[in-house]
Amino acid sequence: MSAVAADADHAAASEHPVLAVRGATKRFGSVLALDDVSIEVRRGEIVGLLGDNGAGKSTLTKCISGVHQLDAGAIFLDGAPTQIRSPADARFAGIETVYQDLALFDNLTPGQNFFAGRELAGPQWLPRGLRFLQQRRMDAETRALLANLKVTLPRLDAVVAMMSGGQRQAIAVARSTVFARKVVILDEPTAALGLRESRQVLNLVAALRDQGNAVILITHNMEHVVELADRAVVLRQGRRVGELVPTKGNKQELVSMIVGA
Amino acid sequence: MPETGNTGTTVGEAALPASRKSEAVPGLSLGLVLLSAGPVVILVLLIAVLSFLSPYFLTGRNLSNILAQTAVISVVAMGQHLVILTRGIDLSVGSNLALASVVGALSFHAGAPAIVVIAVMVGCGAVVGAINGLFYVFGRLPHPFIITLATLSIAKGLALQLADGRAIPGMPDSIDALGRDAVWGLPGSVFVVAGVAAVLFIMAKTMVWGRWIYAVGGRPDAALRMGIPVSWVLVSVYVISGLCAGIGSVILAGRTDAGSPLFGNLLELDTIAAVIIGGASFLGGRGHLGHALIGAIMIGVIRNALNLLNVNVFFQLIVIGVVIVIAVESDVLRNYLEGRVRVLQAGRQS
Repeated sequence: MSAVAADADHAAASEHPVLAVRGATKRFGSVLALDDVSIEVRRGEIVGLLGDNGAGKSTLTKCISGVHQLDAGAIFLDGAPTQIRSPADARFAGIETVYQDLALFDNLTPGQNFFAGRELAGPQWLPRGLRFLQQRRMDAETRALLANLKVTLPRLDAVVAMMSGGQRQAIAVARSTVFARKVVILDEPTAALGLRESRQVLNLVAALRDQGNAVILITHNMEHVVELADRAVVLRQGRRVGELVPTKGNKQELVSMIVGA
Repeated sequence: MPETGNTGTTVGEAALPASRKSEAVPGLSLGLVLLSAGPVVILVLLIAVLSFLSPYFLTGRNLSNILAQTAVISVVAMGQHLVILTRGIDLSVGSNLALASVVGALSFHAGAPAIVVIAVMVGCGAVVGAINGLFYVFGRLPHPFIITLATLSIAKGLALQLADGRAIPGMPDSIDALGRDAVWGLPGSVFVVAGVAAVLFIMAKTMVWGRWIYAVGGRPDAALRMGIPVSWVLVSVYVISGLCAGIGSVILAGRTDAGSPLFGNLLELDTIAAVIIGGASFLGGRGHLGHALIGAIMIGVIRNALNLLNVNVFFQLIVIGVVIVIAVESDVLRNYLEGRVRVLQAGRQS
């Protein structure tokens, strides 16, 4: 028992968390959206980020993914302080985000969505925008990726506007797996999905973890938290109010932490 | 009826017992296919009907005429099409073309050789386009309507001022040659249109830049979040629209052997109409160069036919307007049908 604990301590000391946010503070006008929030996520770990509406979950994740900038506090990647000024910065640093609104291009095919902004193209000496698309390579990688994740889509050459909610969600999550190298943030990935479609998306989240990513999962679904999350961090009114290892037994405790009762 | 070539049959759950719901998807898909082929079908029907109504319509001479008359609209509409793909609009193309022609005529009279005159005209168009793009993006304007309306006025005023309100006759002979028959009874301008179309087609279809245009038009906020340089993509389409106006200016100057501040009057409306009539979406992100070209030719055919049939010239405006309404409504219908397909597919899955 103590040997295991010592091992864990040793591992923790030798390896920085992939992502650490310390003292995050963000203000929108007179509203304090984040107040001195700290969170860390390790390799191969899923952290559930919980909280009521307006608790600051989305603000925190948007600061990590470069949509917003922190007013105070710092973000560390692999222990090194990192400035994230734009979504492009975040992606470049290995942070992928699955947004609540999916951020899919309805007028593009699944494959074109996967590679949007990171098209495979050449020759390398040309400026990025003037390179020629390597369509066959992208098509092949798209097929391999979908097969690997066991995602079935009606057609790969149809635009995603024609696909169902679950298929679109699966496409958005699958897109994050293409390029995720360190951190994946998922903002309510199963909201508005049926039972079977949710199951498919949860399997994708587990696959992301198994690839060695640090995963932050925002959700309101306690079942999903208990099933998937290694730890649950709770925010309330912009503050971090607690952390638990979620089990079937302490769901009630989590809920009261969230609502503050 | 066996479902052929529709988007609905290859869903993973195709093994489910066929219900009334799932049979509706092929019907809707057929509707979508018809809608997307609509402009071509209408153009073919139009030509068929007209060749019966007027024996002169389907002669080589007349067809060559139509192409020559639509060359300017075609070139400028291709630029307009790129702008509309990104959810924008360029109202300045007509004035831009007029200014370019005046500047070209003045530089010719100042003794510039033909190649320089062409460069000046095309460059003038690109500069006005760059002003549009830079002010729209970096001036943080809410919509390109405002800035291109402003440059419409400024370019027009500048052209009138520079030309003293009159047409300036005289253009280099190599520009005039564009208005004369070159090969196969076709004027040189038609080959300029084909050349521009080929270059833009390659850029839009095979380059990363082209993919970015569709992404920006489909979902600007997502494009930003995916790390696409949205600002520069937007500036680039206005520059190319201006370039196309400059090229259109060269073609028109060649046909008339003059530069004039009165050129390009209402060209913005003709080019927007061409793009929409051709079947591209005014909502951005949908359409290709072929739409702009088909739309331009359709406008040319309608005008030509009404002339041949001795219909009052005022009536042309009414007809074009009605066609625009039909085209925009079919775009709305297409969006509605796509929504229905999506709902039905989701229903099928769960």
